[in-house]
Amino acid sequence: MKLLVCISKSPDTTSKIDFTDNNTKFNESGVQYIVNPYDEWYALVRALELKEQLGGSVTTISVGGVDEEPIIRKALAIGADDAVRIDGEAGDAYYTAYQIAEYAKSNGFDVVFTGKETINYNGSQVGGMLAELLNMPFISLATKLDFNGNVATIMKEMVGGDEVIELATPFVISAAKGMAEQRIPNMRGIMAARTKPLQVIAAAACDRLVSYESYELPSAKKECKFVDANNMGELVSLLHNEAKVI
Amino acid sequence: MSVLVYIDTLSGKITKSGMEAVQYGSKIGTTTVITNGAIDSNQLAQLGGYGASKVLVNRSLTANDASQLARLIKAAVAAVDAKTIVFSQDLTGKAVAPMISASLKAGLVSGAIALPDADGKIKVNVFSGKAFGIVKVNTDKKVITLTPNSVGVTEGSGQAAVEDFSVDFGAPSYTTKEIKKQEGDILLPEAGLVVSAGRGLKGPENWGIVEDLAKALGAATACSRPVADIGWRPHHEHVGQTGVAIRPNLYIAIGISGAIQHLAGVNGSKVIVVINTDPEAPFFKAADYGIVGDAFEVLPKLTEEIKKLKALN
Repeated sequence: MKLLVCISKSPDTTSKIDFTDNNTKFNESGVQYIVNPYDEWYALVRALELKEQLGGSVTTISVGGVDEEPIIRKALAIGADDAVRIDGEAGDAYYTAYQIAEYAKSNGFDVVFTGKETINYNGSQVGGMLAELLNMPFISLATKLDFNGNVATIMKEMVGGDEVIELATPFVISAAKGMAEQRIPNMRGIMAARTKPLQVIAAAACDRLVSYESYELPSAKKECKFVDANNMGELVSLLHNEAKVI
Repeated sequence: MSVLVYIDTLSGKITKSGMEAVQYGSKIGTTTVITNGAIDSNQLAQLGGYGASKVLVNRSLTANDASQLARLIKAAVAAVDAKTIVFSQDLTGKAVAPMISASLKAGLVSGAIALPDADGKIKVNVFSGKAFGIVKVNTDKKVITLTPNSVGVTEGSGQAAVEDFSVDFGAPSYTTKEIKKQEGDILLPEAGLVVSAGRGLKGPENWGIVEDLAKALGAATACSRPVADIGWRPHHEHVGQTGVAIRPNLYIAIGISGAIQHLAGVNGSKVIVVINTDPEAPFFKAADYGIVGDAFEVLPKLTEEIKKLKALN
């Protein structure tokens, strides 16, 4: 089975979020980048497990500059066979989806994986756009994926519950918590990753449908008001009269 | 300007986040609603009270299939020549809105938390709730997904015209084998009040006091990641970075320390109450009101006081 996993870099979860250039750019100083956790823990690891069970290959694909390469090597160290980097400037989900679709179109993948969202833009956009551009079904927020031949059985989240479905390849799937467990790369994987193929392809011309003009930080939270544990009447009164939420 | 709002009514009801999306759309332009499934016309007509002028319904599409929904919605976009297409940022919106965006080459703004400003720019959540972005759409048509509980909803009067909308929405892209419905009436992502508990409760058998408080308040219940991972509570109750992100008016966190990954799912809440035995718990830094105390003693007292308040009002 030929599997493609879309991976993106995102700031480490504990990064301090701050902006520069008159609040138009994310302040990268001191920020540690990681593979976006949904792309890594759920999409990539499940793809690797399926390859180990069924045979085939796992390719990762990213859209961005040379600064994407450390996270690409991390994915190779975890076990991907090879990687593709489309040399473009990410920023608009449509642009990213378009570049990936251009590559995927001519390479006959059975399944294209994305994470459910990135933890920096939280858009959940690339998977659905890719499916549309590739004219494939889109299965969003999948929590389980297994195969019998080329037919997949998938558990996915839906409004108010979960749904178990079946469909044949090819399709695009976005992975949520439950698909797999995090894998820590071992020394052999890290060494092997250095020599695994990383193909760099020029980006195709594509319009930006949206642009992020500026950013804001939430206003500082007021001091927490402590209420005595024996005086729940006071808490209820504060919630009712001061905060007016009950 | 013509606005089209998709709402999910597969449960046979109009959800609060659906109403919120309709009202949001009506503040942008003349709003037509598109929906599907077995929902009666009287309920749909009441969307007029939230600003809809017309409701299109396709009752033969009863599945949650993103490819079919995308075809239905694209046909509706063409029928009303919609310039702005609005979804709720729920599980259906997250799946279908990007497909519509790519298909129409219409810029997608996901997770909007406010109406477009005078220049048409829209404020969204970014960095898992730790910042906001201001997004400009560079195309004539735009697609917006609205974060539930971000602009609120007020009930008005009025009736919308309801019309059947038949269209070829194509073959299903998959076969449904089983649907597992969640228990409980209040959907967590759209709940206004949420009572949430963590490992401090010590075991699943102790959730009675949490449920009593939730019931007295009319709140949904939620939990922290460890509690969902060890199976004390169902996974759909897990709020946080890898679970559901919510923004209720009131979030009461009981026995949850407040790790950064948990905060990422709840930092949009208007008011946060933290109950914890440890006065050094990091969650107190994000709280509006804090109680240092044992949940087993505090919760029954709090529930009693809530009941007293409810009896008076």
